[in-house]
Amino acid sequence: MARITSGVACSHVPALGVASDSGIDSDAYYAPIFKGFEFSRQWIAEEKPDLIFLVYNDHCTAFDASVIPTFALGCAAEYHPADEGWGPRPVPVVRGHQALSAHIAQSLVLDSFDITIMNEMEVDHGLTVPLTMMFGKPDQWPCPVVPLAVNVVQYPAPLGSRCFALGKAIRKAIESFPDDLKVCVFGTGGMSHQLQHQRAGLINSEWDARFMDLLVNDPNTGSQIEHIEYLREAGSEGIELVMWYVMRGALNETVEEVHRFYHVPASNTAVGHLILENR
Amino acid sequence: MTKGKPYDDIPGTIIFDSDQAARGYALNQFCISLRLQANRDAYAADPEGYIDKFSMSAEQREAALGQQWNRLLELGGNIYYTSKLAAFHGINFQELAGLMTGKGSVAYREMMISGGRPIEGNRYQSEWEED
Repeated sequence: MARITSGVACSHVPALGVASDSGIDSDAYYAPIFKGFEFSRQWIAEEKPDLIFLVYNDHCTAFDASVIPTFALGCAAEYHPADEGWGPRPVPVVRGHQALSAHIAQSLVLDSFDITIMNEMEVDHGLTVPLTMMFGKPDQWPCPVVPLAVNVVQYPAPLGSRCFALGKAIRKAIESFPDDLKVCVFGTGGMSHQLQHQRAGLINSEWDARFMDLLVNDPNTGSQIEHIEYLREAGSEGIELVMWYVMRGALNETVEEVHRFYHVPASNTAVGHLILENR
Repeated sequence: MTKGKPYDDIPGTIIFDSDQAARGYALNQFCISLRLQANRDAYAADPEGYIDKFSMSAEQREAALGQQWNRLLELGGNIYYTSKLAAFHGINFQELAGLMTGKGSVAYREMMISGGRPIEGNRYQSEWEED
């Protein structure tokens, strides 16, 4: 049977993709960030997941304003990196896993999560930057990915508590899939940041640290954080952090934090990263 | 816009909620169309002719043609959309933030390197009015 063994939380700042693609990831500005992922690249090479379930948000790339699904599950055989306005990122095509996606889609709907099914979808930096941070620049991504796109662009994003519950339903779905697969769940986005209007540049490191502590050790409390707190304390785009709760919901109640990294800034954003193992 | 939203008292922030999304639909669809090279070429060749294909208000049209970045957000634009218009004008995300904050890109970049805008004094509108 398929099983979930670990979780990764990771910011998906587009500038990190640009830094990797253009080879400036070891300059004075970016080196401290990529150094924070050296441990992670070794860890995942040893962990060797057979599949990544990756929770991210699309930035008006696959979905423009005409269609805004709250939860959209990728069910395609492959996902091409999208042109976000400056050409597609020069990274490998992301392989999917249609049989597992179909199984999860069916299981979630019967479990009262009425998700949208995406049989064709291009993927933007929200999905490809975390892969870059964890794997570097391979010719092919080492394993298939099942993507889940969450609306965090138009307010309101789904509640943290709902994301947490969805994570639990995803775990149930994955663990009832007959193939022997070792699965790592990624929750991406964040941490505190505001990209717009006069308060742009907001960073709240103290709040970010508390958010990570609660996520790891007391997710039942942390998943109750209200939207207004995210907006006020973590910035208008910091609300992306609800996606980390999908990942957390898919893990055991007790997890071991094997790695934590935090850095300010990457462009406009605080970079946060966790590796959690089921215990 | 409906009055009395819980986030109205956050300073310097426009929450892109369903009221703003409804108001900004045509504006945002115009901005996102610039993701594609063919459309960027068309807009560059004839800005007014291209923008008139989108049924936006006169003030949205003026704000878009005039690159009034905060005004665009107030009129229903969303940053992930308006950033495509900025990219068309050769302005990257961090430079755009520098413009929206009124700091300019050099001072803004410096602020980010020294830890970003602090939360203290930036939670409530009332804290800004005291200045």
